[in-house]
Amino acid sequence: MKFFFVLLATAGLLLPLGVQAQDATAPDALVKTVTNEVLDIIRKDKDIQAGSTKRAIELIEAKVLPHFNFAHMTALALGKEWRKANPAQQKVLIEEFHTLLVRTYSNALTAYKNQTVEFKPLQMQPGDTDVTVHTQINQPGGKPLTLDYSMEKLPQGWKVYDVVVAGVSLVTNYRDSFSTEVRNGGIDGLIKTLQTKNSGAQDTAAVKK
Amino acid sequence: MKTAFAMRISVLCLACAAALLSGCATSGSPKDPIEGFNRAMFSLNEGVDKVVIKPVAQGYDAVLPQPVQTGVVNVFSNVADVPIALNNLLQGKPGQALSDGGRFLINSTLGLLGIFDVASQMGLEKHDEDFGQTFGRWGIGDGAYVVLPFFGPRTVRDSVGFVVDIYADPLTHIENVPARNSLIALRIVSARAELLKVDKIVEEAALDKYSYIRDAYLQHRRSVIYDGNPPRLSDD
Repeated sequence: MKFFFVLLATAGLLLPLGVQAQDATAPDALVKTVTNEVLDIIRKDKDIQAGSTKRAIELIEAKVLPHFNFAHMTALALGKEWRKANPAQQKVLIEEFHTLLVRTYSNALTAYKNQTVEFKPLQMQPGDTDVTVHTQINQPGGKPLTLDYSMEKLPQGWKVYDVVVAGVSLVTNYRDSFSTEVRNGGIDGLIKTLQTKNSGAQDTAAVKK
Repeated sequence: MKTAFAMRISVLCLACAAALLSGCATSGSPKDPIEGFNRAMFSLNEGVDKVVIKPVAQGYDAVLPQPVQTGVVNVFSNVADVPIALNNLLQGKPGQALSDGGRFLINSTLGLLGIFDVASQMGLEKHDEDFGQTFGRWGIGDGAYVVLPFFGPRTVRDSVGFVVDIYADPLTHIENVPARNSLIALRIVSARAELLKVDKIVEEAALDKYSYIRDAYLQHRRSVIYDGNPPRLSDD
């Protein structure tokens, strides 16, 4: 259980996949550039180290999010339930899931503590449009953690649709609780729960500041 | 002999708990037939953490400088390499077992009783093995998800493994009881202090903390049994 908390923390901080102009960039190169860029900023930013989630959110919005395919992530999180949502509901779900993930990761960024990231060689055939980029987080006094990005090639370039930390998908980990919500209150029930959760998270953040 | 007995007892307890409390299930996850019982234990553990363990860990974190804390983490991590080597051997991975043994020798000497993890810098990577994983490697299924009082999430198989882990833990073999208990307490506090910053992340991430932790635990265990390369599950 403890180990698992550590991995969540570390996961969030290394999510970083930042801005890269050309679509032609190979997926592993993209992960590497952005990770290094974001780590560089965190190492220098005293506000983030001191726990400022506001700064961390700005950093994530600017550097990381452009490389995520939130529609695919949300569909993956909902699994079978996704097809029960109409297009309008799907749109709201994507927005709310987006907010939830941003909040989680911004908190994780503030937990950064001397970890280093190692990039594993990419196994990819020419013409592949779906690959997994493997990285590893080395931390003092602990077993290295694996951090894998599932990425797909879209017209706009390579996008991340799943993040797997030490074998735990931060996306599909929601599947059971989401389907419980849908079973109890339908798709609208799930939307309502997410909205409440997201606004509540905002309130606590505001109070703590 | 003693070990086998303890194992039998724990299996028996779990079976009884399962039989008594299976009526309380709420969300109907097939992996979690005794959810009512588990949620009760989960609340108990959260309470104990909030009232006792977390405050102590916060004090520890406030008083000790970071390098000292890392040293403490490293010393316990070094001791743990012994049972990790044993488990790698039992899982038929003699190369990894040898590497773990090498880590223990190097860190105990050059690393000044494990305070510094020089072996990692030399390229001997730390592994994560326990008897629950070993049993999994041998083909024993997970069984139901169980939240143990004080010890947290396990599966039935991992609970049995956990009992064996306790016997394989070098710390439990220290003859001097006060010294042994102090070291175990220090290990718990040090491990908890490492996680202080993480609490908030889980709070923010989870719609329902109980099921978030359950599902992550089960995914994580599945992955470690396959050393990070589990067979892919279907998409929905």
